[in-house]
Amino acid sequence: MYAFTYHRPGSARQAAGLLARKEDAKILAGGHTLLPTMKQRLAAPTALIDLGACGDLKGIVRKGRVVVIGAMSTHAEVAESAIVQEAIPGLAYLASHIGDPHVRHRGTIGGSVANNDPAADYPAACLALGATIVTNQRKLVADDFFTGLYETALEEGEIITKVVFPVVSRAGYAKFRNPASRYALVGVFVAKRGSDIRVAVIGAGEGGVFRWLEAETALKARFAPKSLEGLKHPATGINADMHADAEYRAHLIGVMTKQAVAQAVGR
Amino acid sequence: MSATGIGASVRRKEDHRFITGQGRYTDDINRPGQAHAYFLRSPHAHATINAIDITAAAAMPGVLGIFTGDDLTADKVGGLICGWMIHNKDGSPMRAGPHPALAQGKVRYVGDHVCVIVAETLAQARDASEAIVVDYGVLPAVVDTASAAGAKTVVHAEAPDNTVFNWHLGNKDETEAAFRAAKHVTKLDIVNNRLVPNPMEPRAAVGDYDDGDGIFTLYTTSQNPHVARLVLSAFIGIAPENKLRVVAPDVGGGFGSKIFIYAEETVCVWAAKKVGRPVKWNSDRTEAFLSDAHGRDHVTHAELATDADGRITGLRVKTTANLGAYLSTFSSSVPTYLYAPLLSGSYNIPAIYAEVDAVYTNTAPVDAYRGAGRPEATFVVERLIEVAARELGRDPAKFRMQNYIKSFPHQTPVIMMYDAGNYGASLKKALEIIDYKGIGKRKRDSARHGKMRGIGFSSYIEACGIAPSAAVGSLGAGVGLWESAEVRVNPVGTVEVLTGSHSHGQGHETTFAQLVSDKLGIPIENVSIIHGDTDKVQMGMGTYGSRSGAVGMSAIFKAVDKVIAKGKKVAAYVLEADEADIDFADGHFSVKGTDRKLDFGSCALQAYIAHKFNGQDLEPGLKEGAFYDPTNFTFPAGVHICEVEIDPQTGVTRIERWAAVDDFGNVINPMIVEGQVHGGIAQGVGQALLEGAKYNSDGQLVTASFMDYCMPRADDLPSFQVGMTVTECPSNPLGIKGCGEAGAIAAPPAVINAITDALGHEDIAMPATPQAVWRAVQKSITRMAAE
Repeated sequence: MYAFTYHRPGSARQAAGLLARKEDAKILAGGHTLLPTMKQRLAAPTALIDLGACGDLKGIVRKGRVVVIGAMSTHAEVAESAIVQEAIPGLAYLASHIGDPHVRHRGTIGGSVANNDPAADYPAACLALGATIVTNQRKLVADDFFTGLYETALEEGEIITKVVFPVVSRAGYAKFRNPASRYALVGVFVAKRGSDIRVAVIGAGEGGVFRWLEAETALKARFAPKSLEGLKHPATGINADMHADAEYRAHLIGVMTKQAVAQAVGR
Repeated sequence: MSATGIGASVRRKEDHRFITGQGRYTDDINRPGQAHAYFLRSPHAHATINAIDITAAAAMPGVLGIFTGDDLTADKVGGLICGWMIHNKDGSPMRAGPHPALAQGKVRYVGDHVCVIVAETLAQARDASEAIVVDYGVLPAVVDTASAAGAKTVVHAEAPDNTVFNWHLGNKDETEAAFRAAKHVTKLDIVNNRLVPNPMEPRAAVGDYDDGDGIFTLYTTSQNPHVARLVLSAFIGIAPENKLRVVAPDVGGGFGSKIFIYAEETVCVWAAKKVGRPVKWNSDRTEAFLSDAHGRDHVTHAELATDADGRITGLRVKTTANLGAYLSTFSSSVPTYLYAPLLSGSYNIPAIYAEVDAVYTNTAPVDAYRGAGRPEATFVVERLIEVAARELGRDPAKFRMQNYIKSFPHQTPVIMMYDAGNYGASLKKALEIIDYKGIGKRKRDSARHGKMRGIGFSSYIEACGIAPSAAVGSLGAGVGLWESAEVRVNPVGTVEVLTGSHSHGQGHETTFAQLVSDKLGIPIENVSIIHGDTDKVQMGMGTYGSRSGAVGMSAIFKAVDKVIAKGKKVAAYVLEADEADIDFADGHFSVKGTDRKLDFGSCALQAYIAHKFNGQDLEPGLKEGAFYDPTNFTFPAGVHICEVEIDPQTGVTRIERWAAVDDFGNVINPMIVEGQVHGGIAQGVGQALLEGAKYNSDGQLVTASFMDYCMPRADDLPSFQVGMTVTECPSNPLGIKGCGEAGAIAAPPAVINAITDALGHEDIAMPATPQAVWRAVQKSITRMAAE
């Protein structure tokens, strides 16, 4: 780790001010990717702006047909939130399976979404549920937000303040973990809102999270695992590494989608 | 049996300090004025070093010194050594290249030590390392075990075809004859995957130099501090032994990887004098992946011959062992004398012939890792036996029972003389525990749920308690493998036991105290175990190869006997009786046939105040030492049965049941022994299902972190059902055999035999990851469709 200055602003507004003033500053919103990278001397920000004391970035509330989650809510807070459990149990389930207890008590939804790690869990939920990512400057729908591996539509100086999830009728998540890191080798989030069905896949795509449109179409006939019989995701455009080549990963997309649907329909 | 005596599951005395954060590990030791070392490591697997420019780095803040291989040479610091000479088939000695602590003109693996920076802080040392300019001439790398011999790229000029030795063992002609006469021959190609040891505590060293007395002190993560001192002194030339103290304080696991004398501790203790400051180095996890000696890495072709009655008549094995870029301290012994002598397994095999080629590659050195050679041998034997049974249409349990050695002593064709055992008893017990009769129903139940169930056996044997000094000397060892102990009785009757064994997780402070407390009839609280400091313990050979019980405790046993003998002399004076009439039992010396007695503590006091006897007739004091040299290896053996269920959709293998029945001889602390079995199985399951160190063709370690190197976690493992059988070991006074490595030896073939049983074919290698098993399942499906 190289030397850096540490800042702990009390609000998102102060944080944005610091971010604008400090050259080469990075936001610390859990730090489970950033800090190890800094320890390995692969990242060298001159300043860290810790959002941990920004009270306005915390809290989970239900507002009618949406659940609003403050960007600095930890995975454990989302997993244990009675509001989330009641409104979108699939999302609470996803949060409860991120990393290990240490990660879940430090990592945040805003940090995860902003980092857009291709093996992180939240991007799948955001895309499948049609979430809106709210920043200190604007609102972005998930379809426009995730733009590639570790890439998002966030501009310089922009800070995620909250993520807004529509309440859906059915949602489920299934992931196959990388045996070593236990990140998602393949994670599939399915959501049904009225006739709108979305299937979002994380871990597998060369460009990060994506929607599996063929599965969505198949599930429109009947929202049940059986509807996916015989449906195979092609291996093109799918990640390959020592833990899973493209063919195996593509196969797992099918298996995980079925499991996610089964969970969503309560089977 | 008392509550704390031999055979009692006494809670570990050392755990209070460990679980309350009061352990004292090497990194907890901070000397006044301490500086920090950082090693600049090679990013290339193979390169010449044309020049190292340290000018800019030397001028950076906090830098106290930057040293290269030339500085070591100028100070006449020698290279690291390999302590076991192996001879080729033609009798010529093995071909070993030099192993400098800091590179001499060439680097040979990623992580090899280019130079060391000593600075006020670690961050300053790292900063300076980035300002060092190394002019590398990058060379092609040789990485692959099977194709290293004769490759164009040569790792060491001393071994021009990359072959360190070609060695053999056994009766070749008889073996060839057995195969010619065989009714059936089973053939198998086997890869024993390379593993990274990953003890919880990475390696560390603090070097200190006292200029006033000219004494070096090295605090380090060692399993054998006396051997470290011997090597650093007599071979590397840091200082004479009386001027070099080595302390191995609490050590957080070793699994073999902390036996060896590495570059870092050598350089730290030397550099302490160079910079006139204590020097600390603490490995980070990445360094541990790159530079701790790895384990296993064998490629083998093996064949088993059977006759018309299903009797095993011969075994032949051809193995290539990857020793990495340099010969680590005991590397050459692992694929030779710790491997081939175990190829008879638990079976009566009249003819065995093994050939082993050891190769250099541009990878980290490979040396002993939990089991060291014996897991590799057991994997070969137990896979072959299982496949042979399948090919012959025999029940694998009955096939084993038929071929077990049943009378003892038994001389194998590969050196070993098995002294005692009852393999059939262990097998019977394991079959009961696993409910072998119910396996058919359980397989059908799994199939109904779309799963594939399989059962696999492993009837291992290993050689522990290494070892008789003369025997290992005749096989090429550079040292004797006895153990020492000293029992110091204080005037109040409390006891300090100094042992040459070293505890780094094994619970010696409890087990050894149980033995002494039991023998002397004193409370266990009155016994302290002292180890790990060459200033306290006179000499010792350390802990590895499951030797601390069989050898280390036998030395303590002998020393305690001497204390009792001396105590009898003291008691004879005090009780005014003839020495021959003094008995010792339950903590009291007594006069035969009378009620006159003296408790142990009072006897100790009398020995020290020395009022009751004449100092010319009997020396005052009560302190005795002993060296114990075993007469044979010990032979723990057992049967592990593993039952797995495979999800063909994902390739995930779940271990559903595990029966482990081990014969460790007599057991001092069953709880600690069971813990060793659990840990061993976990590591063995790790090898079978999860772990595998992989280098790419450029020699980059692609599994250099826990993100890609998969360590076993609790949820990868079932609840083990552990049983024991006992045949006493005749070669040591306690009748104990050793338990530290059994699980790691037994587990891999049990898992793979279970998976291949479920798959219906043998085409799966370790680690059997979900991806690998899924592919193998596709093959099973294709085959079933064809049938």
